[in-house]
Amino acid sequence: MSRVRRHVTLDEPLLFERSSPGKSGCQLPPLDVPEVDAEQALGSNLVRREVRGFPEVSEVEVVRHFTRLSSWNYAIDLGLYPLGSCTMKYNPRLNEAVARIDGIASAHPYQPESLSQGLLEIQRTLEAFLGEICGMDAVTLQPAAGAHGELTGLLLIRAYHEANGDPRRVVLIPDSAHGTNPATASIAGYDVLEIASNASGMIDVARLKAAVDDSVAALMVTNPNTVGIFERDIQEVARILHAGGAQLYMDGANMNALAGIARPGDFGVDVMHLNLHKTFSTPHGGGGPGAGPVAVREHLEPFLPLPRIFDDPHGLRFDWDRPKSIGRVRAFYGNFGVLVRALSYILAHGGDGLRNATVDAVLNANYVRKGLEGHYDLPYNAASMHECVFSDSRQSRRGVKTGDIAKRLIDYGFHPYTVSFPLIVRGALMIEPTETESKRELDAFISAMQAIAEEVERDADLVRKAPFNTRTSRVDETRAARKPVVVWEPRSRK
Amino acid sequence: MRYLPKSPAEREEMLASLGLQSSEDLFSSIPGNIPRCGHLAIPSGLSEFEIRAYFERRARDAAQGYACFLGAGAYSHFRPVVVDSIATRGEFLTAYTPYQAEISQGVLTGIFEFQTMVAQLTGMEVANASMYDGSTAVPEAGMMAARITRRTRLLVASSVHPEYRQVLDTYFRHQGLQAETVPFQGDTGQVDMEALDSRLSGDVAAVLVQSPNFFGVVEQVKDLADLAHGSGALLVVIFSEAASLGLLKPPACADIVAGELQSFAHPPSFGGPYVGVLATKKRNIRQMPGRLVGQTVDSNGRRAYCLTLATREQHIRRARATSNICTNQALVALMATVYMALLGKSGLRELAEQNLAKAHFLSAKIRESGAEPVFTGPFFNEFAVRPMARSADEVNRAALGNGIIGGLDLGRFYPDLAGALLVCATETATRDQMERYAACFGGDHSE
Repeated sequence: MSRVRRHVTLDEPLLFERSSPGKSGCQLPPLDVPEVDAEQALGSNLVRREVRGFPEVSEVEVVRHFTRLSSWNYAIDLGLYPLGSCTMKYNPRLNEAVARIDGIASAHPYQPESLSQGLLEIQRTLEAFLGEICGMDAVTLQPAAGAHGELTGLLLIRAYHEANGDPRRVVLIPDSAHGTNPATASIAGYDVLEIASNASGMIDVARLKAAVDDSVAALMVTNPNTVGIFERDIQEVARILHAGGAQLYMDGANMNALAGIARPGDFGVDVMHLNLHKTFSTPHGGGGPGAGPVAVREHLEPFLPLPRIFDDPHGLRFDWDRPKSIGRVRAFYGNFGVLVRALSYILAHGGDGLRNATVDAVLNANYVRKGLEGHYDLPYNAASMHECVFSDSRQSRRGVKTGDIAKRLIDYGFHPYTVSFPLIVRGALMIEPTETESKRELDAFISAMQAIAEEVERDADLVRKAPFNTRTSRVDETRAARKPVVVWEPRSRK
Repeated sequence: MRYLPKSPAEREEMLASLGLQSSEDLFSSIPGNIPRCGHLAIPSGLSEFEIRAYFERRARDAAQGYACFLGAGAYSHFRPVVVDSIATRGEFLTAYTPYQAEISQGVLTGIFEFQTMVAQLTGMEVANASMYDGSTAVPEAGMMAARITRRTRLLVASSVHPEYRQVLDTYFRHQGLQAETVPFQGDTGQVDMEALDSRLSGDVAAVLVQSPNFFGVVEQVKDLADLAHGSGALLVVIFSEAASLGLLKPPACADIVAGELQSFAHPPSFGGPYVGVLATKKRNIRQMPGRLVGQTVDSNGRRAYCLTLATREQHIRRARATSNICTNQALVALMATVYMALLGKSGLRELAEQNLAKAHFLSAKIRESGAEPVFTGPFFNEFAVRPMARSADEVNRAALGNGIIGGLDLGRFYPDLAGALLVCATETATRDQMERYAACFGGDHSE
């Protein structure tokens, strides 16, 4: 295990436990206007005495507190983060810098359009680039994340069918889909009908055909699918849907396999979302913010959320007069700061660079797959795109599950792969290295995974009790859920 | 390409190890009848220097260097440098959602502190790990109320942020939920209690109000709670200006609090990313949407944190989840946590007092200069005024000439209030800027 060595990390209490009265980490300038008596201005019944329990700590304590906390995290900046379907690639620091430029970060969403031309141009340019990458006709940048984009996409489909006087009630979803797909369909008011995958892990065209009738509004498909396989029959799937009057929605979580290679608009997709925090490198930040732009074919364009941007003789302007629009899915214009970062990423690559990145992403996934075949069971044999999925079937014979292997991987200095997903693979290990990993890093990962496979044979218990090298040993998740403690109280100290 | 860490020789070697001749062979599983994209119509890659210049040019073609008296759901506040120095640490910036608790204790501990401080601010017992923003937290709160009460009508104050209400309409349209608006009183700007009372009945799931409301007016939350609870409805209290909670009594009588924490450390950034919050009473925790961090122990008995109650969420419950939300706003929530920690109890109070003082100063100056307040209700850092000596448009044009972005013409959302301006002053407004803006309301001001 030459990759890791123990080092000291510091314990740190919660802010509330560090607190003592009278301290603060911030000083405001003196007030340059007369003070106002709050009770007089607002009424004594509306004024609080204090924020009970709020911490009182100094600046240096705040800095040390969060720096110590940060040392307890794994991150892309430390090494490979092979979470399948999450596309954890390097987050260029330049993108952070440009999002913080004065005039961009400081811009108010209601400032006059005449003073927002550069910002509208950023949005327009990004819309055009994303449309080009997807082969689609129009893009909205408003959705705040992938699942939010899915909701937007389904509402567009709904509005389209309703405008045709043909409201439909069912959305078809393959059993390999992300959990957000069925959850989103429910929020959009649809019944979900799950379609079982075929023996190759792909959409079962015969089953699909049988399921498509005039109640079906759409199929939500991920392509490449969650097993990392390109849906070979996607054009036939599109034909079946369109013949039945239904729409084809694509979950773009796996666009890192396609950008610059093939375009969903060219294989029959009507509407799709992108995850800018996956394919376009905006930082995941421990769980967000993301952005989930939605790209559509022409026939869905009239339904896009308000507002749209258009050219007028005086410059770029917002268009609010769109009677067929589904309305708003979020206040203002989306996660603008995330959009800026994604545009910076696209500008850095250029069109050909995006293709090269995709090539390396697929190369890396196949390289890892090759290195692990023979050590782990590969349930589906079809060629992999940007990720590969193994199962724990060999290891589980020794009582070791995918979750155990994942925890042991931590001891070797790697973040685990995606555990137990997709659901169509029992005990799945879903691995997506992305293009921003060197051969050296991949070789180290492959060696670690091979070593764990050997450990399972030799000493299964070692793997079951991992991790050992972390400051926190295996965490009791059952206990957390049994009697949830989600806010600090003085007595919850341990 | 500087972000790709492979040499041409390494690429060749890896391809060869896979038994492939060229990189094109990697894509052999894409059927031949699917068109390949060829060259994308996107210009060639740029250097760091060029990209910086590109965005600096765009920023110059925007409102650089203006003083701004806009609020209306996006607020300019002072940002301590420590916030960015923590938030740009790679260990926070480039971490994923903390599903692997053993190597995510930093993120998890930070979220636990965030949840705690949100609960303390709002007077609630529990809070989640964040929503996208205020506008999407509101429909989530409404749907949650409908689940809890098993009722389908919601009464929404028309003084709730208009864009929040638009988002709510979009979400509700296909949920079998009906949202009806409740008017505000023309004089105070507060919710019309009589109108609310007349619309309340046994099928109302919740009453949704915002305080301070879109006009900046503080609502009588306790009275609204009594009225809502009287007919078995829940009260959802919304806020868009978190700084107000440094001074205002927390809406502890509410059942759900949904709001926007952008004021705490994130710049307006042309509308996002922000950070929504959702807080409630303990008894409602299993109906909450979104991620939750809970306390537990590790196998050595030491305190630890992990994501919890995941059975509510989409990745477990799929079509029957409480919400479809997955990615939230963790990093912005972390920024808010750092900000709240820096200000602390006394700093937050002082911040709120300064906002109150500045806005009242500006309001008085504007009235002196030639305008009338639209509402009599108490306000925090934002207020509506109707210019008397000249039109709202003229006022703001004069302001722009002085390097000032003036208030929002309420006619944009409320035709009856066209020509009235919603004006906001935070602690960042200087006396000089406020006096210059107030002067623009005077009839004799030359442009």
